[in-house]
Order: sequence, then C-alpha cells, then structure tokens
Amino acid sequence: MDLLEYQGKQFFASYGIPVSAGEACQDVEAAVAAADRIGYPVVIKAQVHTGGRGKAGGIKLATNSAEAREHAGNILGLDIKGHIVQIVWVEVASDIAEEYYASFTLDRSAKLHLGMLSAEGGVEIETVADENPDAIAKIHVNPVQGLTEEACRSWVEAAKLNPAATEGSVEILMKLYTAYVDGDADLVEINPLILTPTGEVHALDAKVSLDSNAIYEHPGYEKYDETQPRDERELAAHKKGLQYVGLDGTVGVIANGAGLAMSTVDVINQAGGQAANFLDIGGGANADVMAGALEVINNDPDVKSIFINIFGGITRGEEVANGIVEAMARVKLDSPIVIRLDGTNAAEGRAILKPHLSDRLMMEDTMLSAAAKAVQLAEG
Amino acid sequence: MSIFIDQTTKVIYQGLTGSTGRYYGLLNRDYGTQVVAGTHPKKAGTDVDGIPIFASVKEAAEATGATATCVFVPAPAVSSAVMEAAEAGMELVVCITEGVPAQDEAYFYNKLKAEFPATRLLGPNCPGIISPGKANIGITAGHIAKEGGPVGIVSRSGTLTYQALYELQQKNIGVTTCVGIGGDPVPGTSFIDCLKAFEADPETKAVMMIGEIGGSAEEEAAEFIKRSMTKPISSYIAGVTAPPGKKMGHAGAIVSGGKGTAKAKMEALTDAGVMVGQNPTEAGELMMEIVAGL
Repeated sequence: MDLLEYQGKQFFASYGIPVSAGEACQDVEAAVAAADRIGYPVVIKAQVHTGGRGKAGGIKLATNSAEAREHAGNILGLDIKGHIVQIVWVEVASDIAEEYYASFTLDRSAKLHLGMLSAEGGVEIETVADENPDAIAKIHVNPVQGLTEEACRSWVEAAKLNPAATEGSVEILMKLYTAYVDGDADLVEINPLILTPTGEVHALDAKVSLDSNAIYEHPGYEKYDETQPRDERELAAHKKGLQYVGLDGTVGVIANGAGLAMSTVDVINQAGGQAANFLDIGGGANADVMAGALEVINNDPDVKSIFINIFGGITRGEEVANGIVEAMARVKLDSPIVIRLDGTNAAEGRAILKPHLSDRLMMEDTMLSAAAKAVQLAEG
Repeated sequence: MSIFIDQTTKVIYQGLTGSTGRYYGLLNRDYGTQVVAGTHPKKAGTDVDGIPIFASVKEAAEATGATATCVFVPAPAVSSAVMEAAEAGMELVVCITEGVPAQDEAYFYNKLKAEFPATRLLGPNCPGIISPGKANIGITAGHIAKEGGPVGIVSRSGTLTYQALYELQQKNIGVTTCVGIGGDPVPGTSFIDCLKAFEADPETKAVMMIGEIGGSAEEEAAEFIKRSMTKPISSYIAGVTAPPGKKMGHAGAIVSGGKGTAKAKMEALTDAGVMVGQNPTEAGELMMEIVAGL
C-alpha cells in the first residue's frame, strides 16, 4: 500500500520524525483557510500516487491568500499522469540550505535491510545511482541485530553530509529505521531530507509503502488500503475480495493461482491477442467466486471473450465445472467463454460441462489451444 | 534418490487441528507421508484421526523421532511456530501459510541463519515439497506427479508448480523431487539451495526451473548455473507481458524500475545455458528433448 505524501508525513510524525506543519485539504476554501492559519509563505502540494508532481505544476509556493487561492484552484482537479488531484497538502515553506536523500528497504538478494543515504538529494535517486554511485552511502542492517547508533553514525559520516547535519541526521535515521521495522513498511524514503540555515534537519517529503500483509498488526492501515488508486474494475473486484489487475486488452482472464494467471496473460499475448485483466481466483473455484469473477469481467466493456484457465491441484475438476455452470446461470454474459480444465478430476469436470457447450461456452484441451481460441473470438 | 524428504521422513504438523491443516495433513498421510504428530498448546493428549497431538514441537519430536514440521498456523502465529520448530531441532520446516509480513520473514530468516543453521526453512507461502511415490508435505496434489526420475523441479509459483508436474506427467517423465520455494520476498530456501541439492543428487539428471517476474532470484540462479551446474535445465518465467509497477497477486511478483523483468531473467538464464520456454508447455517440451538426450 503506497501512502500519499501527507499520510507518509503523519506516519513519520507518529515515530517522532520532524516534518513540516501542514494540513490536508479537499477544496479551495479549506486550503486558503489552512494557509491563513499556518502563515505565509506556504507550499501547496498535489497529493497523488505518482511522481513528477513539480513538473506537472502540482507544487506551488504561495505568499498570500490570493496566491493560495489561485494555486489551490489550479492544482485541485489537475490531471497528473492520469491521476486527478483530489487532495492538496498545505504546509509551511521551509528554508533550505542543503538537500539529502535517505531510505530503508529490503534488499531481497542479501535478505537484509538496506539503508541508503546521499548528500545529493532532491533529485531522482536512480539518476544519482546511475551517474555517481559513490555518492550513495549504503548500509546493510541485519534485522536480528537492528541498527545501532554507532553503525548509524559511521554510515552518516560515510555519506559526507555537512557536519552540521550529522547529529540531526543520526537522530532521524534511527527513528526512520524504527518506523520502517515497527511500522511494517516495504519502503520508507525521505527525498529531500533537508538541512535548514539554522542547522535543523527534517523530512520535507515522505514516500512510504506499507506491507498489506501486516494490516492485522496495524488496524489503522485499513484506511490506506481503501484509498489505493484503482480503476472502476479494480475497485469492483477488490470489493469481492478478488486479486484483480486491470490491463488494456480484450480477452478477459480467470485463472487459479497468481503464477498461472500471469502465464495465461503471457499465452494470450503469444497467440496474438491481449488480456483485459489479470484475475486470480485462488484455490477455491466455487460458484460464488466464479460468479463474482465473471461479473467483474462482464462489466468491462472492452472484453470480447473470456478465457477461464483452471489447473485443479487440490481443487477438483467437478467442483470447478459445477461452479462455472451455476455462475453462468446467475450472470448474463456478453462474451463467449473458452475453458481449459486440467488436473485433478479433469475428466469428471469436462463431462459436467459437455452438455452445456455451445458457441457461448467452448472447451479446449490445452492452455495454448484455449488461448488461440479466445484470441480468435475476441478478434472475430 | 530425492532431495530434502523421502519415505523415512517423519513429519509433525503445526496447525493439524485447524481445518486446513487437518485437510492437507490427512491427504499427505494418505499419500504415504509419515505424518506422526500434530501440535496445539491446549489440545495435547487428543488426536486428529488417530494422529496424536502434543503441546509443543519439542514434545512431539521427543515422542516420535520426527525431524520435519509442516506449518499451517495462521499468518500472525507463523514467526513463533517457525522459531519453535527450529529450537526443537527440526531439520526441515515447511511453511505453507501465506500472508506473512515481510519484516517477520526477514527477521526469522536471519535468526535461523545465525542460530539454527541446521534447520532448512521452505516458504512461507509455498505449496510444499513432494518426492513422488515417497512423501508429500504440503498442498500439492500427489497424483499429478509421476514417481521416479530423472527430473527435479524447483518453482517459485504455486499453480505453475502443478502445471510443471503435469506437463512432465503427460510426457511420461518422472520426478525425483519437486520443491515449491514460494513467491514471498524472503523465501527460506532459494533456487540456488535446490539447484545445489539437485546437482548433488545422483538420481536427478536434469532440472526444470519455474520462475516469475520480480526480485533477482532467477538472475542469481543463472549466475550459479553458469558457475556450478553440470546438469541440463529447462525453464519458464511467468509474467513476460506484465506491465511494470503492477503487483500480480504475489508479494514477489512485481516489476519496478526495469529490474526483475521476465526478459532480463530469460536472457540471464539463456546466457547460462538454460533452455528457456515461452510458456510452461514449451518448457515441458524442452525437458522432453533434454531427457531424450540423456
């Protein structure tokens, strides 16, 4: 779950990391009132789940109420890479002496936490990594030992920040590590981490991604899950508890298991078509799940054919077949279905489907022939 | 031979009294696995269809001589279940449970590595391991696997593990052991661990490797293959057409910043001499060619 900047700042603040005072606002009047309360100059920042906000005109400085009104009006409703701005964050403007970069994430190869710190902040860290990799000081942290203050201090020294920033940085990075671990984050990133002319260090931006598997430990995270960017199809699927990702093609996909669903998208592509979605119905392919999946796919106007790809492992073929027959009776479908059913009790399952076969429900023997058929129908 | 488990492996099921643990525990027993005990702190002295329940892994191991456990407890209880198994001296811990937080996984992976190096963890979020005809620990349907050899399978994806077993069964090719390592960010057992074991196993003559997008486990495996594998390998990587930045169901299956793409993985494997198929069927056909040439 990716947090918006202001949610990330609230997350940081709850672990004692200094951030700029500000307010989240959904309309112009609220934004102007917030700016008046905070005191000028303020920065008005678009809150969207994408980068490049500054270039798109989504971050503006306002020195008085009139400017706050003008900028908030322009930014709210702005389309930034397909994301419409619905919230602005109004915060007190900071004086900046220097800009740094700091983050923690999991290094999956080393199976250790990885901290990155650079004196070259405020720009894309990928660019720094490409052009001047030595400018990034890295530290691997073993989760069992944790980050010691001593190790943190040598890391900060290795990054060659302004000595005036050392103490403040050590303090913030220790807290950032705690937020990352205790908060069950996949990523915490501050870019820029700033040093002010008066020698204070604080987080001017916040990029936080939380582990949705840890929601049970943090009931407050449910509200973030609900505000993840999803298109209408994804929203409908999410409400039904389905693993769905919207794609741009015309062949609707239903498969059991994430790997098989991805593979199904692949073979549709190899057959010359394009999948409209990725949909994993998991292990249980009963009538309720199947009907829910078919409804979601049927509501996608781009879908011209549906490919149901089931490999019965523990899930038995006759259960799947009965689920499909019952679901088809419940949902009125606009597109024809091609089924491939293999694995446990596939013969029994196919026997159940046989009397229902028509030009609306077709069966193929293999994954590849079914993909070819579904693509042909989508183009037909 | 097989790797990691065979007909002599005695297994304790942590979570045998729950509905999922019971279902698969009994199926595994029907397959021939030595399911010798279950654990539950408050149900010691009872049984599940004749399988005795003990209060802890330690007590169960002392009473039965078991060396492996299979974990079916809910995600919040996984950390302590894995540590309990390691502390009881288990050689193999197969964790089926999905939805374990990555921070927990990173912690117990490193804890095991430092303090219990003799314990092999498989998973979490994996289908388990099957040595066809000998033992099956986890949720793989036993009858889709043809026993014997000469092929070993290692896979990061659940249903594609079954698909791989099935492709080989359809082609009348036997399997020594099939290991599902799971798709989570910090898997206890890696591709390389399995490749090493298959390389050392005299009955495994070739390996089928199923990967997916995200992370760099396949690239690291390719490096290892180039350096140290003499046995031929066929492979398939799922997610060739996945758009970047989108999560595809698994925690592991995400592509970010051009890294971890199927294309990069397929190129690394091809460069290491692996025969890479465009889909599971093709990987199976390539394996048929490999087996014919053995």
